[in-house]
Amino acid sequence: MVEKTVVDTEFDRVVKAQKCKIEVNDLTISYAGKAALSDVSLKIYENEIFGIIGPANAGKTSFLKSLNLMNTFDANMKVEGDIRFNNRDIHQLRNVYALRSRIGVVFPLPVGLPLTIYENVALSPRLRGIKDKTSLDQIVERCLQRAALWDEVKDRLNSLGSLLSGGQQQRLTIARALSQEPEVLMLDEFSIAVDPVTTMRIEDVLKELKHEMTIILVTNLVQQAHRLADRTAFFLDGKCIEIGDTEALFNGEVKDPLTLDYIEGRFG
Amino acid sequence: MAKLESSSKQMDDLFDQRNMDWYFDKLVQMIVFISGISAIIFVVGIFVFVTVEGMGFLLEGFSFTEVFGSEYWEPSDEDDPEYGMLALIAGTASVTGLAMLIAIPFSLGAAIYIAEFSTGKTREYLKVLVELLAAIPSVVWGFIGLSIMNPLIIETFDVPVGLSVLNAGIILGLMAAPIMTSIAEDALKAVPDRYREAAEALGATRWQVIYKTVLPAAKNGLLGAILLGVGRGFGETMAVLMATGHSVNIPGSVFDSVRALTATIAAELGETAVGSEHYQVLFSIGIFLFLITFIINLTADLIVRGIKNQ
Repeated sequence: MVEKTVVDTEFDRVVKAQKCKIEVNDLTISYAGKAALSDVSLKIYENEIFGIIGPANAGKTSFLKSLNLMNTFDANMKVEGDIRFNNRDIHQLRNVYALRSRIGVVFPLPVGLPLTIYENVALSPRLRGIKDKTSLDQIVERCLQRAALWDEVKDRLNSLGSLLSGGQQQRLTIARALSQEPEVLMLDEFSIAVDPVTTMRIEDVLKELKHEMTIILVTNLVQQAHRLADRTAFFLDGKCIEIGDTEALFNGEVKDPLTLDYIEGRFG
Repeated sequence: MAKLESSSKQMDDLFDQRNMDWYFDKLVQMIVFISGISAIIFVVGIFVFVTVEGMGFLLEGFSFTEVFGSEYWEPSDEDDPEYGMLALIAGTASVTGLAMLIAIPFSLGAAIYIAEFSTGKTREYLKVLVELLAAIPSVVWGFIGLSIMNPLIIETFDVPVGLSVLNAGIILGLMAAPIMTSIAEDALKAVPDRYREAAEALGATRWQVIYKTVLPAAKNGLLGAILLGVGRGFGETMAVLMATGHSVNIPGSVFDSVRALTATIAAELGETAVGSEHYQVLFSIGIFLFLITFIINLTADLIVRGIKNQ
């Protein structure tokens, strides 16, 4: 008990030194009146990897969608509550596109846009107005290298991105997200369609990226959260059950026994 | 033991029996096969019929320089009939060209609005209305050209005749636009939503999403829609007959009256003696139209294949 207090205070001290990147208060999301997420309040700090674990239908994906206002796609999806990005209320922003361009998203299943590999990665810089060929070449090469894909595609940058294998497309998606030079990178169960070796390579990349951006990692692999996340939140049935230091959670220092049950795989 | 033997014997009997299901299956296969093969038979049959009827002229009286080089279409001249199709080709081409200039931006715009921007009820109503527009008979469009567009053009542009390339082009454009819209909208709808979501997540605006991802993904279908419109333009007869003014003429401006290839067949075939030279010439126009549509479809097919193989 004494130990736990020590961990908490030290953790608090570290956290207070960090800048708050995203702050969510009383977030409730519903689809056609049916609640998917209720009363979630949490803070995500700059340069951390924030893991979100939980079973299906926990509201993890809905949470991510609300952060970059992707709810505009779905007329049934209703978002209530306060979301702050860099201390700005995102529902008051006058240009949603500017917000989205600062948040990179990697979807569970890879989405290779029907463009060439090069154009997939160059799309976002082009949208920002970069036209210079050499700058674009540099960005494309750097992003593909960081996504651990460059060596496999450098000779066929002009073939269609949708022709790559699933794992390659997912790395292409990551490269595309990086080409946004995002402040926040959201990954939604990125490793579903990726083989274990590639997953480990991407995880190494994420550890590096943490120094440049904030990463929100939604995963259904508990061990992946353990390997990567600085702090982890446990979502269950639309509620945020617990948020804590990842090491502490995996050492069994949990406030709610449900969290430990989930982490240790004793979940019905 | 005996029982087992008899049951296996029953099994063997079943292997040799053809029941109702078996015969029904064969029947359905046959019907479907006939339906499928008949499409080919009809196309070949029509081509053979048109060719046989027009062949007489093509083999004997045909002169390339006269048919494609002369603008004089004087088939009823008893002493020296002349069959120059240049003016007719120019008529069809100018009307179709103008119609596409109007219909392509119009229909693509409408398709993009319906598929990408409109929602719920608006969208359902628009789709029904577009399909309703596509079902208007061509003679009604011709009537509109004759009785509404004609005086309107005379008054607006202060020209003596309102039955012209402009009139027919507008009418044909409006006629082709609904069906082009419908096909183009289908093509846009076939683009998976995940492309749109991915592009919007990059921070693209609605127009950037459409321009950079949706249109490239749908380009085959959109090309199909455009070529369908071109085909419609070449093949349309009634509205063109009524709105062009039907006078043989190489147009110098959009206010000139012209005559289209199709309208010529429609207007003159009834007056010719079966088997006469004039009759055969009209059929050779049919062959020519057939070849043009064939080339358009072939080009479309090759372009689509080219895109696929890239």
